[in-house]
Amino acid sequence: MKNVENQSQVLLEIKDLRVLFQGRKKLLPAVDGVNLSIRQGEIVGVVGESGSGKSVMSQTILRLREHESEVQYEGSILFDGQDILKLPLASMSKIRGNQISVIFQDPLTSLNPVYTVGNQMSEVLMLHKKMSKQEAREKSIELLNLTGIPSPERCIKQYPFELSGGMQQRVMIAMALACEPKLLIADEPTTALDVTIQEQILDLIVELNKKLGMSVLFITHDLSAMAQLCHSVRVMYLGQIVEEAATAELFACPSHPYTRGLLSCIPRLDTDREEELPVIPGVVPPLTDVPVGCHFCTRCTLADEKCREEEPPVTEVTPGHKVKCWKYGQTEKEKEAVQ
Amino acid sequence: MPSYILKRILSLIPVFFVMSVVIFLVVYLIPGGPAASLLGMEASQDQINALNTELGFNRPFLVQYGDWVMNVLRGDWGTSYLLKQPVLQAIGEHFAPTMSLAVCAEIFTLIFSIPFGILAAYKHGTTVDTVTVSVSMVGVAIPGFLLSMFLMLLFGVTLKWLPVAGYAAMSEGFGQHLRYLLLPAISLGVAQAAYITRMTRSSMMDVLYMGYIRTARAKGVRESAVVFKHMLKNAAPTILTAIGQSFGGLITGTIVTETLFNIPGLGMLIISSINQRDVFVIQGVVLFVTLVYVLVNLVVDLTYGLVDPRIQMGKK
Repeated sequence: MKNVENQSQVLLEIKDLRVLFQGRKKLLPAVDGVNLSIRQGEIVGVVGESGSGKSVMSQTILRLREHESEVQYEGSILFDGQDILKLPLASMSKIRGNQISVIFQDPLTSLNPVYTVGNQMSEVLMLHKKMSKQEAREKSIELLNLTGIPSPERCIKQYPFELSGGMQQRVMIAMALACEPKLLIADEPTTALDVTIQEQILDLIVELNKKLGMSVLFITHDLSAMAQLCHSVRVMYLGQIVEEAATAELFACPSHPYTRGLLSCIPRLDTDREEELPVIPGVVPPLTDVPVGCHFCTRCTLADEKCREEEPPVTEVTPGHKVKCWKYGQTEKEKEAVQ
Repeated sequence: MPSYILKRILSLIPVFFVMSVVIFLVVYLIPGGPAASLLGMEASQDQINALNTELGFNRPFLVQYGDWVMNVLRGDWGTSYLLKQPVLQAIGEHFAPTMSLAVCAEIFTLIFSIPFGILAAYKHGTTVDTVTVSVSMVGVAIPGFLLSMFLMLLFGVTLKWLPVAGYAAMSEGFGQHLRYLLLPAISLGVAQAAYITRMTRSSMMDVLYMGYIRTARAKGVRESAVVFKHMLKNAAPTILTAIGQSFGGLITGTIVTETLFNIPGLGMLIISSINQRDVFVIQGVVLFVTLVYVLVNLVVDLTYGLVDPRIQMGKK
């Protein structure tokens, strides 16, 4: 699964992206210099805590944030050869839902409560595929069938509140897939769901990725979901990507202290029950208070003067495995020294 | 849907019961009985007793109440001593001007309030929003009678574009009818428009950042459809309530405006009947106005069900 898509074409390329919100006194960088590319058919995972800027980054690809607050951009997002950030906002409606779709975290609040499932699904098809009402209805049933909804004929007549959480998320997925997008952004699609339903939804995304060859940008804070799904992973912290690698590589030899922290937080069945779970000390600092040097220095156990003063460069540890840390080499030695 | 309608209509029964008792008491509780107020201060106790007996006001409470309810249901709402005509007929004659005025005022209200309410919410924080909110604040605060007199002075006396006061029935031509109603409709409508603008703005603000609005945009839905399809229908229940209340208020509460503009509507009727202690007319008008109010609310409730499916399913 890991290196299947290495040779295929780059679909989306984010270059030096900064997303700045207007704060009370200054501009706040929610995304601070992100580089990320997604190949065709690839599932790229972005992992990070709340406030790491992963959702803002994903919504910036569709420029959804502009409707809700003052946003400034730097850098570029190349999709199909054009810079999305340079397009007039009105023409985004041709890309949204058509070439790039998104599934959000909470399916109940993401579906409009006063329209039927059928109405909301047909809307996309009639808009982008210029289908008639009848054609859109038939296609909607077909799509609901694809996402494993039992009796889709009944489902399209129902309102979102009449469905269970899992069914609602399937509807969201069906809606996102309606126009066969080249890229699906899944923004924590399983966070609001039961564990069993989570599994089904993840399997569904993998299956559809294989069947339709669509790329997926998978945003999560669930590392096990990540391991199961993604070809490669980016670890995000306070608006920056601190480590990137193929999934197996990342789990085998995590280089950034933050990544290690995250991985050590996963409870395992084979550890002693009495043993306390390790945690990363502290919280993500607010955007008004971003550290000067390495963004992680306030919580890093290895941080020294240099980390606090100078921003670390991105270093390639092994081909395809990049890390943004002053200490990534030393950490290994120190660990050995301790042992 | 049919069961929802039926439920709503059945729920009116207790409302009607309480309402009928209260309205009946209006007449029953007059000190000395209705005869005393009909005959005036100079009447002797014998005369009062005689009239009370003639009208049946010395019978037991329940008998009188039952009798009154049956008469009301049969369409016999009593007779006006002053106008020498059945109360229901008097109400009918005075209702047309009030209704016309209410409709005109409501149309004026909606033309301004809904678009500006939506615009202010959509562009909240901008100059458009600030101006709309400030103007509507003034609109709510300005007393109706002051505005009426100002409009009369400006358009009636100084500019002479419109008649100062008076009323022309629909039979005298629609244009003429409208000319007379314009100023009172505006002076009533300003406060209503200000109120509904604020309600529209706040209920639109509530849905502005909902997840489903983001979803709609993420689907590629154009901004016009985002606002008018996805936002407005969700904001509609609050707006409909405000419209229902304002229309109910316009039908029942135009006494000052009708008096100022000399419009022979229900407001004028109730003022004159209160002045003349024409108790059956007072009772009749209060009953009628209450019925209309209840009816308007019923219509609003039924449209809720059309707008928000969660309501008819009883899930909200």
